[in-house]
Amino acid sequence: MNFFLSIIFSFIAVMVVVLIPWIGVGALDLRVLFGIVIPYAAMATFFVGIIIRVIDWGRSPVPFRIPTTAGQEWSFPWIKRNRIDNPKGLGGVIVRMLFEVLTFRSLFRNTRLEYRRTQGVPKVDYEWEKWLWLAAILFHYSFLVIFLRHFRFFTEPVPGFVTLLQNLDGFMQMGAAPFNGFGLPGVYLTDMLLMAAVTWLLLRRVLYSQMRYISLPADYFPLFLILGLGFTGMLMRYLFRVDVTKVKELAIGLFKFSPTAPEGIGVIFYIHLFILCVLIAYFPFSKLMHLAGVFLSPTRNLANNNRFVRHVNPWNYPVATHTYEEYEDEFRDHMIEAGLPVEKGADATAETEEKE
Amino acid sequence: MADTPKPEETAKIDHRAPLFEEGWMNKPAELKPGIYCYGSKPKNLEYVGMPYPKEWNPTDEDWQLPENWKEIIQEGFKDRLDRFRTLKLFMDICVRCGACADKCHFFIGSGDPKNMPVLRAELLRSVYRKNFTTGGKILGPFGGGRELTEEVLKEWWYYLYQCTECRRCSLFCPYGIDTAEVTILGRELTNLLGLNTDWIAAPVANCYRTGNHLGIQPHAYKDMLEFFTDEIEDITGIRMEQDFNRKGAEILFITPSGDVFADPGTYTAMGYMMLFHYLKSMGLDITWSTYASEGGNFGYFTSHEMAKRLNAKMYAEAKRLGVKWILGGECGHMWRVLNQYMDTFNGPADFLEEPVSPITGTKFENAKTTKMTHIVEFTADLIKHNKLKLDPSRNDHLKVTFHDSCNPARGMGFFEEPRYVIKNVCNHFYEMPPETIREQTFCCGSGAGLNAGEDMELRMRGGLPRANAVRYVHEKHGVNMLSCICAIDRAVFPDLMRYWVPEVDVTGVHEMVANALVFEGEKKRTTDLRGEPLPGMEDEEDV
Amino acid sequence: MYDGGKIIIGLIIGLGLLLSPFFYNAGKAAKAPDPELTQKAKEAKVCVAPTTYMRESHFTLLDEWRHTVVRDGERYYTSDDGKKYYKGLQTTCLDCHSNYSKFCELCHNYVDVDPYCWDCHILPEEKK
Repeated sequence: MNFFLSIIFSFIAVMVVVLIPWIGVGALDLRVLFGIVIPYAAMATFFVGIIIRVIDWGRSPVPFRIPTTAGQEWSFPWIKRNRIDNPKGLGGVIVRMLFEVLTFRSLFRNTRLEYRRTQGVPKVDYEWEKWLWLAAILFHYSFLVIFLRHFRFFTEPVPGFVTLLQNLDGFMQMGAAPFNGFGLPGVYLTDMLLMAAVTWLLLRRVLYSQMRYISLPADYFPLFLILGLGFTGMLMRYLFRVDVTKVKELAIGLFKFSPTAPEGIGVIFYIHLFILCVLIAYFPFSKLMHLAGVFLSPTRNLANNNRFVRHVNPWNYPVATHTYEEYEDEFRDHMIEAGLPVEKGADATAETEEKE
Repeated sequence: MADTPKPEETAKIDHRAPLFEEGWMNKPAELKPGIYCYGSKPKNLEYVGMPYPKEWNPTDEDWQLPENWKEIIQEGFKDRLDRFRTLKLFMDICVRCGACADKCHFFIGSGDPKNMPVLRAELLRSVYRKNFTTGGKILGPFGGGRELTEEVLKEWWYYLYQCTECRRCSLFCPYGIDTAEVTILGRELTNLLGLNTDWIAAPVANCYRTGNHLGIQPHAYKDMLEFFTDEIEDITGIRMEQDFNRKGAEILFITPSGDVFADPGTYTAMGYMMLFHYLKSMGLDITWSTYASEGGNFGYFTSHEMAKRLNAKMYAEAKRLGVKWILGGECGHMWRVLNQYMDTFNGPADFLEEPVSPITGTKFENAKTTKMTHIVEFTADLIKHNKLKLDPSRNDHLKVTFHDSCNPARGMGFFEEPRYVIKNVCNHFYEMPPETIREQTFCCGSGAGLNAGEDMELRMRGGLPRANAVRYVHEKHGVNMLSCICAIDRAVFPDLMRYWVPEVDVTGVHEMVANALVFEGEKKRTTDLRGEPLPGMEDEEDV
Repeated sequence: MYDGGKIIIGLIIGLGLLLSPFFYNAGKAAKAPDPELTQKAKEAKVCVAPTTYMRESHFTLLDEWRHTVVRDGERYYTSDDGKKYYKGLQTTCLDCHSNYSKFCELCHNYVDVDPYCWDCHILPEEKK
C-alpha cells in the first residue's frame, strides 16, 4: 500500500457507495430495499457489532494498573497533587475521563516538532499546534449536533431540545448572498463547520508527509464517507430539495417498526441514507470504534493508586524463582569468607557437595 | 562495533518522507549497525529457561527459527490478546491521527518513519489485522493487513528494540494508546522464538543467579561498598560501615546495582551510605542485601513473567530478613515496576508493615500496600522536618538542572519530591523548557535495555531531544550538572552529554545530598565525593 | 480485573442513547400529515408552480418574491404556464390556502419547522 493507492482506492469505494443507490433507486426504483431493508440491516450490524466488540474487549482482563500519570501524584500533605491528571481514586478518574471524552484533553497537549540545524548544531523546538485538536473537536461536536438535529425526522412529536438546537444552530438566519434563495431554509453553522473540519482532517493526511506515510485506506475511507454524507445532506437541504414530510414518514416508520417507503422522495435522499448505512455498518469493524474504546483505555481510566490499593491480576500464576537457599548454596563459602551472615553453616556446603 | 558518526553527521535528520514511494508495508527493514544490539547468547537464555536459545547474529540471513515459528507467534499473539485488554484495545482503536508521531525521541533523533509510535504499533497491528480481523483477512493490504513473514519478524525485532518504553506517546494519544505496552508485548513475542538482545538477556541471567544485573557476587558486592566506605572516610574522616543481609533490621534497602558499579552512579551509592550513617544515631535501622541486590528489572524488558520472576526477590528477601518495610533507591523503570506491578506480581506483602519513617514518624500512606518507599520521598520528608543539617553552598560550583526519568514521571507522577530535595541541597537550580520535563519529559534514549555499546548511534539519536533541552539551559544559565533519579540515566547520560553538550556532567540527587550533609565530628571537607575541590577550597593542600 | 459491570452499564447507557428514537416513538401514533385544500384551492386546480415543487421548495419561491418585491418593486410573477400572479403571501397564497392550521401548520409542525413569515405578516384569522 502506498499513499496514492490508498486514497484512490478509498475514493473509488465511496463513489461506488454513491452509485449503488443512485442506480438502485434512480433507475430500478428499489425503494423498499434502500429505504427499509438496508437501513434495518445497517442498524442491526451497528448495534450488534458494537455490543460484540465491546464485550470482546471486556473479556480480556486488565492484568495491571498502568495509568499514564500526567501530573504530581498523591504524596505528602505539603505537596500539591494533581487530582485530575494523576487521580488517586474514582472521583479523579471520572473527572479525567470526562475531560478526555468531552474536551479531548490529551489531544490538546499536542505540539509540533520544529527541527533546524545551524552550523551543524541541531535545534529541536516544539511549536504551538492546536489545529488537529480544533478540527477534531469541531468535527465531533458538529456531528453530534447534526445527529441530534436529525431527531426532528426521528421523533414525533419533536422534543423541545431539538427545536432549540436547530434554532441556535441556524441563528444567523443566513442565506448565501448574493445567491438569492441559496441559503434557504436557513444555513446551519454545524453543516459548514463539519465540512470544513473534515476537509482539514483529510487535507492534513495528504499534505503532511508523516500523515501521508501512516495513513491507510481505512483512514481515507471514513473521511470520504463522512464528506459524502455531509455533501449529500447539504445538497438536499439547499439545492436538490426533497419532500421532507415524506422523508420523515420513512424515517419514523423505521423507528416505529412500521416501515414505509413513500413514493416521490428524490434519489439524493437515498444516496444520503445509503452512505449513512454504510458508515454505521462499517463502524463496528473499524477504527471508528474509538467511540467506545476511549472509555476502556487502561492508561486513562485507572487511578494511580497501586502502592496503596492492591490490584489483582486474575491470571496471575506462580513462576519459577531463584530462591535465597539456592543462592546461598552457590555462594556460601564466599559469603562466610567475606563475613556475610548465612542461614546454614559451612558444613552445609560440604553436605550439598556430597549429595552431588 | 560500528563507529558512531560525528554529531554533525548525526544531526542531518530529515523528518519528511518522500511523496513518491512505496508504502511502509512493502519495505523491509534494513538493519543498520549502530542501531541494533547483539543477539542473545544461548547460555543466558538457557540459564533462565527461555525457549530456543541459539548462537545468532541479527544480520544473519537465517535466524534459525523453529519450523512452526508462525504458529508460535500466532498462538502467542492470541494468548496475549486474551490476557491483556490493553493489547486488544490498542490494536483496534488507533485512528492514526498522528499526534504521537513527532513525540518520540527516536523519531526526532533518527527521522526513521517507522520510529513514529503509531507506525511501531502498526507493524504489529498489520499482522493482527491480517490474522485476527475479518476486514484484514478479506481485504488484505487494502484492509491494512499484512502477512507475517520472516522479513516482517525481523522488522518487528529491529523496531521493538528501538523503543525505550518511555510512554511519552501515550501522554499525547487521545485514546491513551500506550506504545510501551505494545513494545512490551511485542518483545514477549520475539522472546517466544529466542530472539532477545544479549544486553537484556545477560543482565536477566545475572540477576536471576547473583541477585543483580551485573553479576556481582555477594562477597564482591560487600567489597565494593567497603571500598566506598574507605573513600568516604578519606573525604569526611568518618568511617561509615554498612550492614548486609542483617536479620531483624527494620528496613531493607534495595537500589540498582549500576550504582555500586560505575561512575557517576557510585557517588550516588556513597550518598545513600552517608545518609544512612547520618541517621543511624537518630534511630535508622537499615540493611543492604546481596541477594536482593538489584532494584532494576531487565526482566521487564523481556516479558511480564520474567519481570515477575526477578521482582520476586524483593519481597522474598524482606520476608527472610524479617524487616518491616523496604526502601528503594533512585531508579527509573525500577519504580515503574514497583509502583504499577510489584504488588500485583508478588503481593500481598502482608508480612510487612506500613512504612513509617523512624526519624520523623511520618507514615508513608501512599505506600500502604506495597510497603515500599522511594528514598527521595524519604529524604524529602527528613528535610521537611529539619532532620538534616545541610550546607547547600558546598554545591555552589554546580548549576543544576533536573531530568525527570520517564518511568517515575509517566508511571508514577513523581515530580515535586526530587525538586524539593534538590532545591534544599543546592543553590542554583534551573528547569529545562516545560515541553521537555515533568510528564512531557524526554527519555535518555537508552532505557528499556538499550544502553549497550554497540547501538551507540541509536542512543545518541534517541537522546538528542533531551540533550537539546540540556544545551538550552546550559547556554542560557550556564548549567553544568544534569541531575536525575535513575541509574540508567546516570550510566548513559555521560556518553550523551559528551556527544552533544560536552560541558555538562551527570549526578544523582543523593550525591548532592551527601555533599551538602554536615556531619558532626567530620573533618573540614575540601572536596566533594568525586574528589573535586569544593567551592573556595581550590587552594587547599588536600586537593 | 475485568470491570464487567461497569462495561455493561456503559454499553446500556451508550446504546440506550443511540436507540432513544425507538423508545421515544414506541406506542405513539405518528401519522404523516395530510394537508387539506380549501374549496377555493380545489377549484383553482393549479397553484403558482407544480405541486412537487411547492411541497419541496415553496419557501424559495416566497423568499424570491420577497426580494423582488421589496428591493426591485416587481409585483407580478409569471408562472411556467404563462399565468400572471400578484406577489403576495397574504393576498395571493393565503387567498386560497386560508386554512393555516390544516394546511401550513400541519407539515411545519410535523417536521419541526418554524418559518419566520409571521414575524412581519399578520396571521389571518381562519374562517370556521
